[in-house]
Amino acid sequence: MEPDERALGNAAATVEFEHVTKRYDAGENGPGAVNDLSFVVPAGKICVLVGPSGCGKTTSLKMVNRLIEPTAGRILIDGRDISTEDPIGLRRRIGYVIQQTGLFPHQTIGENIAVVPRLLGWPASRQRERAEELLGIVGLDAARYRDRYPSQLSGGERQRVGVARALAADPPLMLMDEPFGAVDPIVREHLQNELLRVQADLAKTILFVTHDIDEAIKMGDLVAVMQNGGRLAQFAPPAELLARPASEFVARFVGADRGLKRMSLMRVRDLPLHAAVTARPGDDAADALRRITADPFPYLLLVDRSGAPIGWFDEAEIPATGTLSADAAVSMSPLFAPETTLKDALSMLLDNEVQAGIAVDRGGRVLGLVTDGDIAAAARPDGPAARPDAGA
Amino acid sequence: MLDWGWLADHLGAFADRTVQHLYLAAVGLVVGFAIAFALGLVAIRRRRSYPPIAGAAGILYTIPSLVLFAALVPITGLSLLTAEVPLVIYTQVIFIRNIVAGFDAVPADVLEAADGMGYARDQRLLRVELPLAVPLIVAGLRVASVSTIGLVTITGTLGDRFGGLGFFIFEGYSRGFATEIAAGAVGSMVLALVVDAVLVRVQRFLTPWTRPPALAAERLPADAATS
Ligand SMILES: Nc1ncnc2c1ncn2[C@@H]1O[C@H](COP(=O)(O)OP(=O)(O)OP(=O)(O)O)[C@@H](O)[C@H]1O
Ligand SMILES: [Mg+2]
Repeated sequence: MEPDERALGNAAATVEFEHVTKRYDAGENGPGAVNDLSFVVPAGKICVLVGPSGCGKTTSLKMVNRLIEPTAGRILIDGRDISTEDPIGLRRRIGYVIQQTGLFPHQTIGENIAVVPRLLGWPASRQRERAEELLGIVGLDAARYRDRYPSQLSGGERQRVGVARALAADPPLMLMDEPFGAVDPIVREHLQNELLRVQADLAKTILFVTHDIDEAIKMGDLVAVMQNGGRLAQFAPPAELLARPASEFVARFVGADRGLKRMSLMRVRDLPLHAAVTARPGDDAADALRRITADPFPYLLLVDRSGAPIGWFDEAEIPATGTLSADAAVSMSPLFAPETTLKDALSMLLDNEVQAGIAVDRGGRVLGLVTDGDIAAAARPDGPAARPDAGA
Repeated sequence: MLDWGWLADHLGAFADRTVQHLYLAAVGLVVGFAIAFALGLVAIRRRRSYPPIAGAAGILYTIPSLVLFAALVPITGLSLLTAEVPLVIYTQVIFIRNIVAGFDAVPADVLEAADGMGYARDQRLLRVELPLAVPLIVAGLRVASVSTIGLVTITGTLGDRFGGLGFFIFEGYSRGFATEIAAGAVGSMVLALVVDAVLVRVQRFLTPWTRPPALAAERLPADAATS
């Protein structure tokens, strides 16, 4: 590794907008494309700029790598005013992904990815290695794709290459303008998950533009909702945005289904789980009956030796004497992983026509119970589990 | 009827005149391209200069070639310069339009990506815009080559030191000898076609990315496997 690269690689940058305004028509006193924008993105976080078309998202993004100069205000990266820096050098330290991908048609995929390393003068062998490594990171087989031209790739593949290219020099800051805008919903979902997975390892600071509120909620640690005239309507973590929209505009923009959206933000592990009353096949029935009677939830969960659930006993079906048998246990409830979203969990409960599901760990052992009531309570605006975890 | 014996006797002269023809055309094309490229770059950087530049080149293009040669003789004599100046002038309108069109054809998102990744202005011009402009520039070069190779025959009006294969046309005309006229005319045409074919190869070599995407059939499985 080159020394300068190590310095970059380990750092994520803090980005600050300070009263940034951009008016395209210099003379006029019109509303401007961006108006008095101020916010801080802490290092290693994804901040999503979201808002209706023409509200100034792209303009805001391009001011960070000085493709556009602000009319007033300043932008600081790691505390340094970028207007004092050489724009060419600044851009080479910032990853940039644009919606139309902007891949160079005359360069192979490998060469496209290595653009910034080449500009920085890395040795050719190191450029090649880096391109192959990044193809792997974005889920493309290096041997297959390295020597193709962009015209020989599908839209989704091109967008991956666009992300790989932006990551090439391991920049502490990435700007992504609708990076997954041009692909179908399934591929988009896949690319989103991949970016979150990569981000979990790399922890870059990312400014991410979209006009899709669902994407914003999914991808953002922080969401900046902008409204026409380039004003910041709200700047908050997604859960807070959904729980407490700052204005009528934000409430309408996030949509009437924000309770449901909140459920897709929260996961089973965020809930306080109910301890299940459990027993094993062969245990004494009378003892189990005593324990279940003492519990408000009138069901006994039979688990195997390892702690994995087998089935339920209704209080009424537990024999007064003898031992418990696995054969007598009735059907299972849905099983939730800790990372199952509350939205998915509720849906599984509804599909199975039951009121409680079983949270299990990676090894399949019972962690506790989740009821539909728990999920509804958590999804209320003042719910206990309302904390963001996207990108964590 | 053609006099095949005459042709067989003059193969050596034919070869010499072919070389001369190529030389006269090449000088005109190279000098013409250099001038047009410089003017094209000016037009691209200062957009407002494009209409006057293209307009001037267009007006020069309308001057009948014989008039231009005749007008130059009193100034520059029966020299190589007199032969080349019209050739160069007639390439301008073709080259300038194609060079500017070539740079204009570079997609805006590619330019934005190049800027955003930190290409300096000249780096972007040389490593991104120029390669992507090559298809249209070569297209212009093909048209200009064909037209210049045709025009070289007219330099034969300046005397037998010029003209390339056109020499045979003029000589055959003055002697009323059809075979010689045909030899000069057909030779010049074949030369133009051969040069054009070579330029097509050159363009393929320079722009490997424009070949039809042979791997297109593989696209779908690739996406399915990775999604
Ligand atoms: N180069 C320009 N010159 C003049 N006005 C511009 C320019 N670029 C953008 N604008 C205007 O500035 C406003 C904000 O544009 P911007 O591209 O930042 O919007 P956006 O939020 O990215 O929209 P979208 O979601 O459609 O991409 C718009 O009203 C647009 O018309
Ligand atoms: Mg935009």
